[in-house]
Parts: sequence; C-alpha cells; structure tokens
Amino acid sequence: MSAVPPFSASDAIIACQGLSKHFGGVRAFTDVAFQARRGEVTAVIGDNGAGKSTLIRCLVGVHVPDGGSIVFDGHEHPFSNPDGARKAGIETVHQNLALIDELTVAQNLFLNREIVRRIGPFTLLDRKAMRTQARAMLSRLSINVPSINQRVRRLSGGQRQAISICRAVGSGAKLVVMDEPTAALGVQETANVEALIRRLREQSVSVILVSHNFDQVRRLSDQIWVMRAGRMAATVRASETSGNELVALVTGAA
Amino acid sequence: MSNSANNAPAAHSAGAPEESRSSLAALLLDPSFWADWASVVGLVGLVIIFGIAQPVFLSVANLQALLLAAAILVVLSIGQTFVVATSGIDLSLAAAVMLGAVILGLVNAAGHGIFIACVLCVLATSALGFFNGLIITAGKIPDFVVTLGTLSGITGLGLILSGGEPTMVGSTFLLKLASGSFGPFGYPVWVAIAAVVVAHVALYHTRFGVHLLATGGQTESASALGIRTGRVKIAAYTISGLCAGIAAILLVARIGSAEPLINTSLLLNSVAAVVLGGVSLFGGRASILGPAIGALMLTALVNGLTLLSVSAFYQPLAVGAIVVLAALIMRYQK
Repeated sequence: MSAVPPFSASDAIIACQGLSKHFGGVRAFTDVAFQARRGEVTAVIGDNGAGKSTLIRCLVGVHVPDGGSIVFDGHEHPFSNPDGARKAGIETVHQNLALIDELTVAQNLFLNREIVRRIGPFTLLDRKAMRTQARAMLSRLSINVPSINQRVRRLSGGQRQAISICRAVGSGAKLVVMDEPTAALGVQETANVEALIRRLREQSVSVILVSHNFDQVRRLSDQIWVMRAGRMAATVRASETSGNELVALVTGAA
Repeated sequence: MSNSANNAPAAHSAGAPEESRSSLAALLLDPSFWADWASVVGLVGLVIIFGIAQPVFLSVANLQALLLAAAILVVLSIGQTFVVATSGIDLSLAAAVMLGAVILGLVNAAGHGIFIACVLCVLATSALGFFNGLIITAGKIPDFVVTLGTLSGITGLGLILSGGEPTMVGSTFLLKLASGSFGPFGYPVWVAIAAVVVAHVALYHTRFGVHLLATGGQTESASALGIRTGRVKIAAYTISGLCAGIAAILLVARIGSAEPLINTSLLLNSVAAVVLGGVSLFGGRASILGPAIGALMLTALVNGLTLLSVSAFYQPLAVGAIVVLAALIMRYQK
C-alpha cells in the first residue's frame, strides 16, 4: 500500500519523496512519501520500530537520509545537522525537554538567541526587553507560569513542556516538530499541553506531531500519516477516521 | 543586587512584581535564604564575634590589612567560579600562580621591563588555562583528572625554570602596587574590586555568562540548542588562568620575590570560597559576589583567630569546619 499525496506540493511546508534510511544492515524505512500542509497539525503514528522517530530525525537534520528528496518551504532540504534545520525554520521540541534547569523561564526562552544592546564596545544583554517579550510570548499562548524569573527546575513537567513549545514557536519557526510531547505527563498536564497545541493550530502554526496516543492524534491533528514496518502505510484526514481504523492501519489488519 | 534573574531571594528586591513579597519573618525562617546568603551571614557573624572578642579587629588599620590580605584570594576565587560554573574544577590554579610568578621574576631578572614581565606572566597563565580547557573538551577527559595532571606538570615546569631558587623582584612599580593606596583601599584591593565588577557583568549581563551557566547546568541540552559548549568551557578555563596571572602579580608585589613554591592553601581556599559563595559544584548556578565574600570571610577568620592569639595550628581546623558547615547549609538551596 503506498500513500498518495493528498494535496498539491505548493501547500506543503515540508514534503518528501522516496525517502529511505538504513543503519548498517538494518532498514529503518524505505521509499517513504510524506507531506505536512502549511498551518496544519500533521500527525505521524505507528508502532514501536515502525520508523517514525527516524523519519522525524531525518526531517530535522539529526540523520541524513540515504536516498530520496526532502523539500522544505519550497527549497531542497540542505541540512546535515539540527543547527542548519533550526536556522532554516524547523524547531524541534525534544522528548527529553531541552531546558536548562538552573536558568529562569525568560532565560530559557531566549537561550542562544538573547536580545542584546550595544554599550560602547560592549554587547550586553537587554534583560528588560527579554523579560517583556517573554511575558508576551507566554501570554500569546496562554501559558501560565508563576513567574518568568522562576528557575525552570521548580516547574512541573507540563509547564516545562509548554515552555519548550513556546520557545520553538516564539523563534518564528515555520515548522514545529514535537516528538511525543505528552509522553511523560500526567492527565491534567497532558490536557494543558493539548490545549496549547490546539491554540497553535488556531494560530496556523505548522506542526508535526509524533504520538502513540491515537485518541490524542484524532483530537489534535488535521492529517494523520501511519507508518508500519518501515513504510508509510496510509494517510487519512483526522476528521474522517475512527480509532478502530487507526488501530487497524497501525497493526496492518486493514 | 542586579542578579535578580539568577538569584531568587534577590529577585524580591529587584523589580519582580509577580514574585510574592514574603515578610521578613518568613524570610528568616526559610532555610534557602540562609543557604543563598551563607557567605554574607558568615562574614557578618565573624565580624560581630571577633569585634566583641577583640576590638582591635574592627580598627580601620586591621580592616584595611584584612582587605589587602584577601585581594589575591578574591581574584583566584573569581577564576575558580567561572570553572566551577561549568561543573568543572581547576586544581592547577595555585600552580599557575606559582608559574606566573616565576615567569614574572625570570623575565624581570633577564633585564626586561616590569610591564613586559607582567604581561608575559598573565599571557602564560592564560595559555595554561586555555590548554586545560582544550585538553578537557578535545580529549573528553574529566576536569579533575586534567587539572590534577597540569597541577603536577606546572609545578615541575616552575621548578625547572627557576632551578628551585626564588628570584628577587625589586621593582618600584610592584612596590607601589603592593603598598600604595587610593582612597580608603590599597591598590590590590582596587584590583580585586575591578575583577569582581568585570566578572559580575560578564556572568550576568552577557550572552557568554548565560551560555556558561547553561553549559554547566545541562551540557547536552545546551549543545542541542546550538551553544558551543566546548568553546564556553575553554573560555572559562582561560579566564581562570587570567585570574591566576593577576593573582601572581599581586603575590610577587606583596612578598617582593618570585618563589617556586605552591601555596596549596590558596587552591583549597579558592574552592572553599566558591562553595561558601553558594556556587553549585555541579555547575549551572553561580554568582561573583558570593565567592568574593566567601574569600573575605575565610581571610577574616584567619585574621581574627590570629588577633585572638589562637595558635596557627587551629586555623585549618576552623576553615575546614566552616566549609563543611556551609556545604550542609547549602543543601537547603532552592
């Protein structure tokens, strides 16, 4: 079963054709076609080992695919490392929450893209501007934290995830990639992060979401891609599918 | 205090309207308040105790002598702070001071000007720091092991260069540096104050400072965000070396000769001052004022005990007790 691209390439923020990746003799995936439409939440689901994490890592520059093409935002995908992908506009929200515990919320939001002002020959941080903008970034996504001057260490898992997402979106990313954003969270925290992803969708941020949770995927995404045993098995509109159908597609019973 | 972004208690006073203002009583009952301000509380406590026990302690002359004696340790503690903030430790710090002093003495004795001697001293110790950082990051060897090795290597180098003999440095510039004063403080104190100000600005008001703390806090996350953690670490060790060079100049000025002897208590006290100053040995959180006050406190302790005619044999015991006590209090840091 091969997936047919459901929309024209001009709609796509990222599109790949005939993508494959091997690690030595181990095949991660072969001949994968995948697209994510601009301003939509696109989900990738599949069983463990189906190849979805490796696919995502190829998209964000962690791995270089062995074959096939990736077109991002109208350009041939040129990144061989995550830094290049980030500069081009792909931000990744890491599963292990890449925040610095000992820094404050505001410092984390602006880490490695600090706002500076020049005073004579010196370049100093503009901490006031960063605090102001940090508040604006958080309130735009309705994220509640006790204080932007709080160390991240003292925040809950959900708050930390929200800040990771906020940082990705706030950088002006064209595409935000989230790998299992709620895997480590409790029920209430998961609900908060899901609400945040819904707000991103309302604000037409392009999101790729990797998840194990079929209900969550149906709640949050517009388009769902299903991987099975290293191939793209199917793609469906979230509004036109059911949980049972997704289970069948993932397991290969369909 | 301008380090509100990094220091929770300071945030209360520095424009953080959303932080709830706790009452003074609640603040005093909060163990983390004592943990964050351990060095200040300790210094004030020592000043009060020694002031009552021996009023001479509070005389202007003694306080000036105390500050003068603390200047070298303050400068070294700043260097150590940058390294510890990256979750490293610079065990070669006192050895670098010794080598810097030997180089200063030899260059001066060879007939070159004192300024060239001082510049070469600082360049040599900075290069040592750079070398430490390079080996640690490029070789992926633990900081402890590398600086333990360079501690021994530098000691040998100093002995070889000097032939084990002290070199007299009779320079009017250094004499003036050691004995002159501007306003209430001697020049070495001003050097230490300048070092504190520059280091404070570098740590809290530059991108480098934030990247330093990020590197120390979570190296992997920091590098995932594009921070060049290796370079940050090398820079921290180079700063440590630079501070060792400045301390070497102050030391030679103070004793009037360059001796190929390592003052191990300088190394241990620099680490102790950093710990007293509330800097986490695991990296990621640091201040400059804390270690500087920690260094003052250690010097005040020795000074006060001497004034009270306590045998010098008891001083290491007192320093050790204070450091361990401080480490215990530090566990309550938020």
